[in-house]
This record gives sequence, C-alpha cells and structure tokens, in this order.
Amino acid sequence: MPLPEDHLEYPRRRHGMDHDLYPWSDLFDRPKVAWPNGARVALWVAPLLQWFPIDSAGKPFRAPGALTMPYPDYRHYTNRDYGNRVGIFRILDVLSELGIRGSVATNAAVAERYPGLVKEVVGRGHEILAHGLDMDHLHYGGMPEDEEAELVRGSLATLRDASGQAVKGWLSPGRSQSHATLGLLAEHGVAYCCDWANDDMPFRMTTPKGGIWAMPFAQETDDRTVMLDFKHTEDSWLQQVKDRFDTLYREAATHGGRIVSVPLHAWVAGVPYRIGAVREALSYMMGQEGVWAATGAEILQAFEASETGHG
Amino acid sequence: MSGDPGLYDYLPYKGRPKITWPNGAQIAVWIAPNIEFYEYEPPKNPLRTPWGRPIPDVLAYSHRDYGNRVGFRRMLDAMDEAGFRGSVSLNVAMCDHHPEIIKLCADRGWEFFSHGVYNTRYAYGMSPEQERSIIRDSADTIRKWTGQKLDGWLAPALSNNAWTMDLLAEEGLLYTCDLFHDDQPTPIRVKSGHRFVSVPYSLEMNDTIVYNTNSYDPRHYGTIIRRQFDQLYREGATSGTVMCIPLHPYLVGQPHRIEPFAEAIRYIAGHDRVWKATGREIAQHFLANHYDDFAAGAAQAR
Repeated sequence: MPLPEDHLEYPRRRHGMDHDLYPWSDLFDRPKVAWPNGARVALWVAPLLQWFPIDSAGKPFRAPGALTMPYPDYRHYTNRDYGNRVGIFRILDVLSELGIRGSVATNAAVAERYPGLVKEVVGRGHEILAHGLDMDHLHYGGMPEDEEAELVRGSLATLRDASGQAVKGWLSPGRSQSHATLGLLAEHGVAYCCDWANDDMPFRMTTPKGGIWAMPFAQETDDRTVMLDFKHTEDSWLQQVKDRFDTLYREAATHGGRIVSVPLHAWVAGVPYRIGAVREALSYMMGQEGVWAATGAEILQAFEASETGHG
Repeated sequence: MSGDPGLYDYLPYKGRPKITWPNGAQIAVWIAPNIEFYEYEPPKNPLRTPWGRPIPDVLAYSHRDYGNRVGFRRMLDAMDEAGFRGSVSLNVAMCDHHPEIIKLCADRGWEFFSHGVYNTRYAYGMSPEQERSIIRDSADTIRKWTGQKLDGWLAPALSNNAWTMDLLAEEGLLYTCDLFHDDQPTPIRVKSGHRFVSVPYSLEMNDTIVYNTNSYDPRHYGTIIRRQFDQLYREGATSGTVMCIPLHPYLVGQPHRIEPFAEAIRYIAGHDRVWKATGREIAQHFLANHYDDFAAGAAQAR
C-alpha cells in the first residue's frame, strides 16, 4: 500500500521557515554587533544546577543525564546531586578567581531544596537563569497546556523569590519544548530562552503572547555532551572549546561582536579531575584581548543597544 | 530472493582496468555538501519517525537549522579558499525555503543533485509512482532554480526501495550515491538497460557518521580525511581512485569543527595529481571512457 497522499503534499514549502516563529536570516549577512568597550567576544559562562528526582518517571522521554536504573537508582541520583553539593563550588571558585560573572541555570527544585546555594550564587554576582522545575518535569509536545502553564509560573516564582532577581532567562530541562512553551515564557516575563540551537547570536522569536529572544547556548561543546555522550576526554573538550573560541574570536574581527557560551554542568565539569580543564579553558579566553565576561541578561541588553544604534 | 540486491557483479579491485582521470590526475576528489531542510512538523512515515522527541523536537530541529543560518557560510568559505566546488546533495524544497543559499552555490558553478524533497520525507513505503513523482519534482525544481539537469541521486535520508535505481535510470539520471561497495565508479544494473553508474560517496568520510555515529572529535576528522586521501592518492597512481567528502553544514560548520576540515582540504588541494571534480563530471568521465571496460571485466569475473 502506498503512503497516504499527504506525504507528497507540502503545505509549508515556501520562502523562509516552515513555521512562523522567526524569519530566516544568514548570520554572516547581519549588521555588525558592537559590544561595550569594543570587545570582540562576549564570554557567557553558564553553570547548570540540576536535580534528578529519585522517583523520576522519564516521561515522555528521559532528559539527558536522567536516571536509568531500577528504583532506587542511588548511583545516578547521587552522582547528579554531587554537582549541587560539591561540584558547583569548584566552578564558582574558578569564576571568582578569573573575575567572571555568568548565568547559573537552576532547576526551581534546587532553589527550593538548597536556598543557601542560590544565595551563594547570587552573592557572587551571577545571574539566575531559570531551568524549569527539575530534570523529570519536561516541557513536551502534547502536554496539557494548563499543566505547562503551572510549571512555568511555579518555577519562575520559586526562582525569583529565592534569588531576589527578576529572572529573565530560561533554559528548559533537556532543552525540550511544547508548541506552547515560548508563548508561556513570554507571558511570564521571560526575555530570553536558550533552548534553540540554530544560531551563534541572539535572534527574535514571535509568539501569540509576545516576543522573546533566542540566546545562543553551545550544544555540541557542552561539557556533558562532549564528555559523557561523545565520551571524549577532558583534554579533548578543552581543545574543542578553545577551537570554538578561536573561530568566533577570529570572525569577530570582520563580522562584529560574537558570543562564546560555555555551559558547565556542575555534576560533570565540577568533578575534581575535570576542573583543571575548566580553569584552563576560561583562563585561555580571559587571556585574549577584548573578551568581555558577562551574564546572559547583560549580553542581551548590549546586543539590543547595538541593534538600535548605540553600536 | 537470492540475498543479493542484484545491483552489480563482483569485480575485485585487483586486476581491474585502470581509470585515468582528466589531465593525468590519479584521484578524483569531490565534496558533497548535503544542503537539507528538515520539517518542523513532518507527517508520520510508517517505517521511520523523523524526530526522536515528540513534535516539536525543537533541539533537533534547530540543530539542523543551524546549518542554513550559520554553518553553510563557514563551509563555503573553507571550500572557496581551497578551490573546491561542491556537488550539492539537495533537499529540493531548499530552493523554495532558502533560494539565497542556492544562489551562492549556483554562482560558483556547483552541481546540484537530489537528496529528495525534504530530509523528513522518506521514500520508505512509497509506491513506484509516488517515488517517480519525487524524482520528477526534483528534476523540475533543480531545472527551474538553477538551469541544471538532474543527474545524481542520494535517497532522502538514504531511504531506498528495491526499484529506486530502475526509476532513476528511466528518468534519465546518470548516477547514484547510495552504494558504498567501492572506491571507483561501478556500472549499475537497471531494468531498462540504461547506462547508469554508482559514484563513490562515503559513509566513513561523512561528517554525520564521524560526528553523530562514531562521535569522533573534530581534529580527528581532519586526520582521517588526510589519511584517507594519502592512501587513495598513492593507490590512484595505478588504479585511478575517487574520494568523496560528504558534509552537513550543521555539523562541519560548527565553530569548533570548521578549521580541521578547512586545513584537511587545503592539504588535499596542495597535491598536483588531484582532479577537483563534481559527481556529474566523475560519472560522465567514467561513462565515456571506462564504463564498457568495467562492465566487460565484471561480466568475465562472474
């Protein structure tokens, strides 16, 4: 039996994208971006604080890093929780040492369970970036919208309350969304979202409930992806992160300011034998001329200022 | 069913007729960027699910979209610098979605062959008539946007049917990229008896296999491209070889991956007896000069 005829129908075969979330544009044809003080690269370091519940359901799929063993999966639960107890402090110390402020993607459950940790992060001048409720509460196509609305509202309320910050950025657990996610985020005062992996610079997205920025968040040089999914060593991760920086830094000379984002899962990058590679990567970047380390919100603000003619 | 797909006869590498490439080149090197469009909300195919997560799979979708927004231009620059034209493995709907990219390729004299309409529309489960209609759609779309004749085919997401090669030959195409049995072109048996060939494409040199399947690191990709070239270049002095580098801008065009690739193709371009060809040129040269010898050799070896 042949395929149903709709397989040979292409209702969205047209100029631009096959959805209405953003227009297509080529990074290399856009106006040059000017960062404060003529910086070439905005360095955006983003540690992640994640909590994987022991009774995780893994529905409708397991988030990267999720528990995999029969209940009670102590080994993965505790290995991930290590990041919140120990790993994050190694990372925070490296950042303090190098004078870097960044954005810490935080599950609301972490803020609820470990309010002191959020205070420590905030006290060091970092931005809190909302990272959903926890790593077992995914946003996904087909979920009831009222359920998702409550997840978004509740997570933001918890994180705003715990941090005293406006909390304008969002990273979904597993970078997973439903059709409604972006609209819900816009509705709840989120200015930028880090889930989409299609650009090296910010771009505007449109939702029925208002606009939202997509912020570039490294996917394939992410510490967990490189070292746990690809199974590369920390030395190789270090090389890749430096190579990534070098390309973007070189491009900035001719194409305008670039962003280098460095996601660091506290339970991956904060492990003793890996923290040296983290320090070396960030020292290398901070050692170049014209590198501006900032939070996501600051980088976005500078980007918007540059777009409207200040740059 | 004999268990043999019936595409070609066995012809061992040892003792074959020698291929000579234009201007005394001992290797034909071609680069095949897969310029693709993956749909945000594709229809379900009964045999293969396009996305791993429930739709919308925004992470996987946006990862592919990176190729068209960002990665393509990095890849283009690297190829320009080393003096390589591309043979574009094209999801032909790209002509409608991003003609800007098609123009950049066409202006450089790149070849366009078809990789189906979208990379989220598989040929699995299609009737021969349905599959013929996507071949004709491809030929019409490529002619309309680039003026070129459609000569080559790489099945969308490598989804084939047992009759696909017959249809391609009947529709006047010259070559397929879906077969991985050789480092030289091969006459392919089709029902109509048309002269139709396989041009070596590659899984091993393909950045999706290297990065998504084998999880190699970017510098190692540069290393294996050079090693593959060195071996085929040496052998090509006596056999006449083909090397293909299939690319995906969403992978090779990532900032941490572009330089090792750029360096590897500069290395290849630095050799004298290299024919920097397109898939069509390789197929045409083989058809005009070596097809008959290879077909006769295979018939004897049988």
